[in-house]
Amino acid sequence: MTRFNRHGVWAIYRFEVNRFGRTVWTSLATPVITTALYFIVFGSAIGSRMGELDGVDYGAFIVPGLIMLTMFTESIFNASFGIYMPKWAGTIYELLSAPVSAFETVLAYVGAAATKSVIIGLIIFATAHLFVDVTVEHPVLMLLFLVMIAVTFCLFGFILGIWAKSFEQLQVIPMLVVMPLTFLGGAFYSIDMLPEPWRTATLFNPIVYLISGFRWTFFGEGDVSIGVSLAAMAGFLALCLAVIWWMFRTGYRLKS
Amino acid sequence: MASVISIVGLTKTYASGVEALRPIDLDIEKGEIFALLGPNGAGKTTLISIVCGIVTATTGSVTADGHDIVRDYRAARMKIGLVPQELHTDSFETVWATVTFSRGLFGKPPSPGHIEKVLRDLSLWDKRDAKVQELSGGMKRRVMIAKALSHEPEILFLDEPTAGVDVELRRDMWGLVRELREGGVTIILTTHYIEEAEEMADRVGVISKGELIVVEEKNALMKKLGRKTLTLNLAEPLAALPGGLDAWALELKAEGHELEHVFDAQAEATGVPALLARLGALGIGWKDLNTRQSSLEDIFVGLVSERRGGAA
Ligand SMILES: Nc1ncnc2c1ncn2[C@@H]1O[C@H](COP(=O)(O)OP(=O)(O)OP(=O)(O)O)[C@@H](O)[C@H]1O
Ligand SMILES: [Mg+2]
Repeated sequence: MTRFNRHGVWAIYRFEVNRFGRTVWTSLATPVITTALYFIVFGSAIGSRMGELDGVDYGAFIVPGLIMLTMFTESIFNASFGIYMPKWAGTIYELLSAPVSAFETVLAYVGAAATKSVIIGLIIFATAHLFVDVTVEHPVLMLLFLVMIAVTFCLFGFILGIWAKSFEQLQVIPMLVVMPLTFLGGAFYSIDMLPEPWRTATLFNPIVYLISGFRWTFFGEGDVSIGVSLAAMAGFLALCLAVIWWMFRTGYRLKS
Repeated sequence: MASVISIVGLTKTYASGVEALRPIDLDIEKGEIFALLGPNGAGKTTLISIVCGIVTATTGSVTADGHDIVRDYRAARMKIGLVPQELHTDSFETVWATVTFSRGLFGKPPSPGHIEKVLRDLSLWDKRDAKVQELSGGMKRRVMIAKALSHEPEILFLDEPTAGVDVELRRDMWGLVRELREGGVTIILTTHYIEEAEEMADRVGVISKGELIVVEEKNALMKKLGRKTLTLNLAEPLAALPGGLDAWALELKAEGHELEHVFDAQAEATGVPALLARLGALGIGWKDLNTRQSSLEDIFVGLVSERRGGAA
């Protein structure tokens, strides 16, 4: 009997979405306020002196990077917390003893976290509209990218949540790795603005390819070609899936 | 009777090197109440955790209702409900939500009627909209039982269900367990309260240091290993046991005011009258006497210390 346990997936998904629902106002107000602050600081104060980048007004130019920045951190945070909490509180016993496969578990947890991330991404996008004119050249691809990023980073967060043994470890990766890489990954500038050897060094930062690709869906223009961006994204996604597959196969930090 | 859980050659060595289970073979019969007894650290929780899928076995296999718990885990786990030893609950959920969640998790379609019945049976109905974190410890224990029963399991594991629970709840729980058994549910429970096993179980297994040392019908076990103790209140205290009583296992207690004789239940017909006659012949008078059947606890302590003595 290898039927798909849809009731199980739905139960976890609903549980997770309800968890977000309990903090709905802070979860939504935070990205809106942060976005507004970024626009006031970067868009107005600095942007007025920046002129255009790649033929795009600076205020509009930072919108994709801003969405990515928040999506990265939110996805990692929500997905890692979702699986870390039951581990920490001990309620994971129920999941481990339930007739739910590894695939179903990931689908439910990552699906719920990704849902929240996509909603936040869209809210930031809408908020940005209040400050600047920004048009999207490839809306379908942009949405696809948004969803892919949410899923990939939620998978990454899920891995982090299983790996982490303390709240500190849970926060160290997003704070010490992902945030800096995002800032250095061209969230607020074009990497062409950097002098060598920094420009070449930046190309080793995987985040560059993701931000560039997302920006391409907005303006038809990125630091690297869209093909390279999509390949980088697919590679990251595949890596996360492989790690999760390995974790469940070995029971890594879930079972003794 | 058909066995509903079949454990063959099960061992567990934790990463720390602790051998929690030496090869265990055990069959649980359909519809019985099986009590697993043993001192702290004997391996009871480990055994249950393996059957329920929380801990991976080192070697050996387990089937639940004919389904291998690893290869056919879905079918096996759908039949099993677990109330773990530790209290682990979602703090922010309501009682209703957390119990409904469990039912879904185990792949069953929603059934508010069943959830209502479970909550009523456990006297949780009034608390259904309360957040779990607002409940007392005993109430949380009930919530965990409700979660385990939410998906109508055919096999129920109760790992120390009555630890830290008041007398009333314990009585309620016993009633509930009997009712479940009447409904055909097989129940495996661990407990440190021997009277619980004595009161409830059909069969008893004693586990010590990862080994199952006895598996027996409770009544047969009591009969076989049960000992009786005869206590005589002496008319005059004795300083020492007089000669001529070597045929009986005797001990002086209470500063020579009491004479205690421990004997096998089967041997009772022969030993006691002869002893009393001999005492009369020796001129030792007694004011009162009483006999006591040993409890499962005595048997259990005897077994475990016998083992320890044998191993040392
Ligand atoms: N996760 C673990 N890692 C390492 N050792 C463990 C782990 N869990 C249990 N043990 C060890 O395995 C042995 C059996 O423990 P277990 O919890 O199964 O005992 P128990 O019979 O349930 O005891 P209790 O009556 O105290 O609940 C103990 O020596 C314990 O220290
Ligand atoms: Mg235990």
